[in-house]
Amino acid sequence: MDIDRDLIIKIAGLARLEIEPDQADKFAHQSREIIEYMDCLNQVDTTGVEPFYSPSDKVSVMREDVCLATHERKDILDNAPGHDGKYFIVPRII
Amino acid sequence: MNDKTDTLCATRDLILSGQIKVTEVVQSCLERIRKTEPVIQAFVNIQEVKALDLARKMDEQGPDKDKPLWGIPLTLKDNICTRDQRTTCGSKMLENFNPCYDATLVRKLREAGAIFLGKTNLDEFAEGSSTENSAHKKTRNPWDLNKVPGGSSGGSAASIAAGQSLGSVGTDTGGSIRQPASFCGVFGMKPTYGRVSRYGVVALASSMDQAGPIAANTADCAAILQVISGHDPLDSTSMDVPVPDYLSSLERRTDLKGLRVGLPAQYWEGKLDSEVERVCSKALEQISLAGAETVTLDMPHTPHAVAVYEIIAMAESSSNMARFDGVKYGYRDKEARELLDMYIKTRSRAFGEEVQRRIMIGSYVLSAGYYDAYFKKAAQVRRLIYQDFIQAFEYCDLICAPVSPFTAFRLGEMVDDPLQMYLLDIFTVSLNLAGMAGITVPAGLGDRTDMPVGIQLMGPAFSEELLLQTAHVLENYLPPLPSPRALNE
Repeated sequence: MDIDRDLIIKIAGLARLEIEPDQADKFAHQSREIIEYMDCLNQVDTTGVEPFYSPSDKVSVMREDVCLATHERKDILDNAPGHDGKYFIVPRII
Repeated sequence: MNDKTDTLCATRDLILSGQIKVTEVVQSCLERIRKTEPVIQAFVNIQEVKALDLARKMDEQGPDKDKPLWGIPLTLKDNICTRDQRTTCGSKMLENFNPCYDATLVRKLREAGAIFLGKTNLDEFAEGSSTENSAHKKTRNPWDLNKVPGGSSGGSAASIAAGQSLGSVGTDTGGSIRQPASFCGVFGMKPTYGRVSRYGVVALASSMDQAGPIAANTADCAAILQVISGHDPLDSTSMDVPVPDYLSSLERRTDLKGLRVGLPAQYWEGKLDSEVERVCSKALEQISLAGAETVTLDMPHTPHAVAVYEIIAMAESSSNMARFDGVKYGYRDKEARELLDMYIKTRSRAFGEEVQRRIMIGSYVLSAGYYDAYFKKAAQVRRLIYQDFIQAFEYCDLICAPVSPFTAFRLGEMVDDPLQMYLLDIFTVSLNLAGMAGITVPAGLGDRTDMPVGIQLMGPAFSEELLLQTAHVLENYLPPLPSPRALNE
């Protein structure tokens, strides 16, 4: 698919961003250039190559299911832009 | 600072033997900060009062020999969480974020007796190679104030070059410790993935992020790495591998006899600026003079490393950035009346341009129709890059290469051409993709630009001891750099 301003605006929406109209063309141009460069990987034969997602082989580390005192509710809420002392408060959802 | 207290290890000896007070050391750093900070702008915030208070308390109690960094003033890159001290990640999104916990590495440094002077500038969320993407300020290179310090740990590297503290901890996802260290003429180490806990280090690309030391010499890097290394139950990717005594191991090696150093053709041929090539070749002569044998290598997938790196880094960071939604912490746009609108306005107004660009491309390469063509393909080529390293280490103990094809570039020179900026990382990103360790050693000044050139040693996973030993020997063979020109009066 061609990366044009409409696609950029659509992707931005999916990523919960909005692009100023005068920025959309610039972003589209830069993104197109970057993704075209990424297409150089098509030159590499990867038939049968297992993807490498992490240098760590510890995929899933289990621990005992015990309660630990980690953080105080107040300390967490102090950083929230909106709260009522008990919960995070957000603008209306529906 | 005077010569006796310009390195961490020398200062530590003076403090422990009672020849100097912690307060004097801290004051000397603060004096240096007052003098140099107006021109280099390395700090996001300076903790003068807290640092001096702690120094006075420590002086009252007297030296604690069991604490390896007792009384040593350090700085931290501002994407490392510090309890009750602003951690902004260089972003408007977190400009008022006060973590309620310390990163594990910060806790360890505090327990070792370190004093934090402040937090250093970086590209927003560590996304960049010049520190120009910071929402706060532009940090300048102490060797030439019109040039960038490199990035993303540019504040830490510039600060060390300017002698503002005795060590710093930065982070390296695709070269963000090694490249600014090279641009500013200081030492910087990216440890093996899993060597240092990532708990409390704000995530960029989780399969590559790693914190490590930036300092004035190898021994100082070793002293800091010693403290921050080790397994942490709070980071399931941190490895339970014993931590050697890095500092004392430096004394066990005075030459490089018996060491095989690999020189990959893909790092040494083409794309390398001639002055960088000349400085690095001279450093290679010293490596041979110290007794090492050099062997040329083929690492055929290196030319594809930037494409692989950018796909994976953008994909992982777009996922990590999803947490910034204006609900739990950070900036919230107050105009929005509904939740979805609040998310969108918050993220659009608080993230800078590079972060937004990377979120969008990351979302694209992970989207249903393109996942196999980009993200999976990149992960497959990543394995081939990893195998290049594994095969290389069958023929050599360590790899030696330039850190960056050029010396530091001018501020503003690259900002409108993101792809060209990414391509500059060609010599550093492969190591992060492979999860292995590397260190930048200042090799000299370029004969055209008169700017620092670094050389990079790369080793297999958990080869930090050998890397530090080798860097230490090389450091002793190479002439030391003069003090940064732009700060001389």
